[in-house]
Amino acid sequence: MRARNLSRRAALAGALGGGLVLAIGLPRREGRAKPAPATPHARKVAAYLAIAPDGRITLQSPFAEGGQGIHTAVAQIVAEELDADLDAFAVETAPAGADYQVLAGGTRRVTGGSFSVRGSYAHFRLLGATARAMLVQAAAERLAVPLTECSTEPGFVVHAPSGRRIAYGALAQDAAALPVPADARPKAGPFRLIGHPAPRLDSRAKATGQARYAIDMAVEGMLQAAVRHAPRAGAEPGEVLNEAALRAMPGVHSVHRLPGAVAVLADSFWRARQAAAKLEVVWTALSGQAVVPEDFSSAGHLGLLRAQADAGGNPAGDLRGDAPAALAAAAQRVEADYDAPYLAHAQLEPPSATVGFNADGTLDAWVPNQAPELFQGIAAREAGIEAAKVRIHSPLLGGFFGRHFAYGPQHPMNQAIRLARAVEKPVKVIWTREEEFSRDAYRPLSFARLRAGLDGQGRIVALHATVPGEGPVARHFGPERLGNPPMDSSAVEGLAGKPYDIPNRRVDWVHVPHAVNIGFWRSVGHSMNDFFYEAFLDEVAEAAGQDPLAFRRAHLAHSARHLALLDAVVELSGGWRRGPYDTPDGTRRARGLAMASPFGSEVATIAEVSVRDGAAVVHEVFVAIDPGSVVNPAIVAAQVESAVCIGLSSAAFEAVVFEDGRPRQRNFDTYRILSRAEMPRVQVRIVESGAPMGGVGEPGVPGVPPAVANALAVLTGRRIRSLPFSQERLGQA
Amino acid sequence: MVEITVNGERRRVEVEGDTPLLWVLRDTLGLTGTKYGCGIAQCGACTVLVDGVAIRSCQLPVADLGGRAITTIEAVEADPVGRRVVEAWVALDVPQCGYCQSGQVMAATALLKQAPRPSEAAIQAAMSNLCRCGTYNAIAAGVRRAAEPA
Repeated sequence: MRARNLSRRAALAGALGGGLVLAIGLPRREGRAKPAPATPHARKVAAYLAIAPDGRITLQSPFAEGGQGIHTAVAQIVAEELDADLDAFAVETAPAGADYQVLAGGTRRVTGGSFSVRGSYAHFRLLGATARAMLVQAAAERLAVPLTECSTEPGFVVHAPSGRRIAYGALAQDAAALPVPADARPKAGPFRLIGHPAPRLDSRAKATGQARYAIDMAVEGMLQAAVRHAPRAGAEPGEVLNEAALRAMPGVHSVHRLPGAVAVLADSFWRARQAAAKLEVVWTALSGQAVVPEDFSSAGHLGLLRAQADAGGNPAGDLRGDAPAALAAAAQRVEADYDAPYLAHAQLEPPSATVGFNADGTLDAWVPNQAPELFQGIAAREAGIEAAKVRIHSPLLGGFFGRHFAYGPQHPMNQAIRLARAVEKPVKVIWTREEEFSRDAYRPLSFARLRAGLDGQGRIVALHATVPGEGPVARHFGPERLGNPPMDSSAVEGLAGKPYDIPNRRVDWVHVPHAVNIGFWRSVGHSMNDFFYEAFLDEVAEAAGQDPLAFRRAHLAHSARHLALLDAVVELSGGWRRGPYDTPDGTRRARGLAMASPFGSEVATIAEVSVRDGAAVVHEVFVAIDPGSVVNPAIVAAQVESAVCIGLSSAAFEAVVFEDGRPRQRNFDTYRILSRAEMPRVQVRIVESGAPMGGVGEPGVPGVPPAVANALAVLTGRRIRSLPFSQERLGQA
Repeated sequence: MVEITVNGERRRVEVEGDTPLLWVLRDTLGLTGTKYGCGIAQCGACTVLVDGVAIRSCQLPVADLGGRAITTIEAVEADPVGRRVVEAWVALDVPQCGYCQSGQVMAATALLKQAPRPSEAAIQAAMSNLCRCGTYNAIAAGVRRAAEPA
């Protein structure tokens, strides 16, 4: 028997494109946080809450838990208003369904954009308050007392006049039968849980190996699949030359051609993988498909971007004055080019999907995802069934950082559906780390040319940046999302949207598409653009003969919020000192500063570094973050520390480098991420300014690379304009 | 067919002798607490104890184990040191996504069994598993908390 060709329908799916689907699934990202009102779903108590007779509360979370603590945070909000103990809660990621679309006025849901708490805070407060009102009503009826004589304490309705109390678990059934009140209101405060560092709900399960991820799924009678993708994305499998030999290997069930890949099915993953490693495939490039060219390279693409550095583009929305004219007239000009590489998400759990068709025509899919409705739609199309017949299960995510949106049809779920249909058995597909690193949707390689003009007093009169390139928004959302004239917010954010008072500023975007797939990576455009801007700002300050902190302050005099944030980070770090200075341990150190305004929050970062044997050592990172207000300060601090780690990791070590159309990095031996030995001490100061609630998961990232680079420049006398900085040996000034 | 001792039980498994212990644990025995992250002994998500020593199981052929005692995360709390490590991890809310934490807990347990009061250098050397969420400082704090008081 020949390898079964399952590719034909895939070409169709490819033509439809993942992009359109993604555009439907993701809300437009707002530059500024707006408090999201409660959605029409906020009174659908039964969809979200189940209270068992023993008092255990199961909460359906619209958002996937991947380490950011969202399951604890949403439970904390509900527990506050419901007046329940937080540790009574178990939280699951809700299935696909309209009731769980709590973003964008109740029409969308994703776990991303650092949206979850700020986008559902009002929703969950109202939900909790409504559920509490129903429990109180049920208790008043049971006790035959006036409603006004009843109150609650955690887990109980209390009738103070008679000293009686009834546990929620004993009331839940009666409460559920009551009409849902339309007039319940969240409490005015004070808060018992919101704003307090409550412990996470999932720590024990995660510390004892009991937590379940998609890769841990097993279904009765399933086969396991290992896949091998084409060496260059876009090529299709022709003949499998050694299929008979592979089928004779222990446990091997069958060999299948898939769109852009070949799969081996076996009774265990290791056996499938062993056979897949021996595959001999004739790869063919189909015309009309998006094929990564044979000569595609990171260096070549950077050259393409650089060639457009002075091209005229479309200006970002924060256009002000006439930057080119003001530059031409400026007393002093500074210009520099910056670049940053493709990055892998490198979440520790490799992608997988387990899929089973059921006798009743339904389909179950267990898949790591940040958007169940999006995946439901994709699965339905791939399987050729109605969306209502697809059940998407969203287990815990072993990290995500933007990885688990859908970035096109090359995905374990699509592959598993095709394979399960072919063999009429449930199938689990796991991508090895090597396959994952070769088919990730990478943080885009990026470039910017920055030009600043100073007046005679050392103030910036003009700043003009040109960004040739493409972000995930332009790539996956289609032209209608870009507006007219077209603007890719994900390509310019972090260069545009800066708070500094500059009378003439312009950020031009020139669309230069990537040959390789790109995606959202923690803090998206901010992940490199704030490095470009804030490192350049230090260059401009130096040209003006000014201290970087004083220089920033001078350009932020209009913003009390930013000045307060600078005060906070300076105080946290024990007072500003740029250095270099010698320390008692014999190291010579310097400090760098950076600011960022990502995802509705404001962040100021100071890094302290030294250089040892030509490599940077980051000793301390101080971060002041103002997300307006917070639900769980302990989780916020943990997220900021996490962001420092990935931010420093990206700045110091990470790069996916393409040569000959292929990524050179296929595993952690060549794709270096920060290890424990390189982790700095991190101190976090949360500033609650009372501004509209901003994001938390991503905002800590973008300040880290420039803060570190600025400190290194002080220490070595050399500017870092290209990441990662470990690619060059650092000298000591 | 290979015989191994996992969490105190003798188990016969129908696998090729060169199958890495990781996949025997996960696929054959259903002990999915031990994680696959890289397959090349770089990340440490697959760390288990073999005769009390932390080993990355993704590159360990099952036939090489003989009668040696394998301990996985599922049995870590049966060990008093392991129990202390878990308690420290919970008390400090160490995990974020949690995917690497089975391996981290096993590495910490092995360290503290061998060195009940480890130096910072010993912690640095022993705790080399990768964590993409950046829980490294919390992990070190967890090890210190679980260590015997000096």
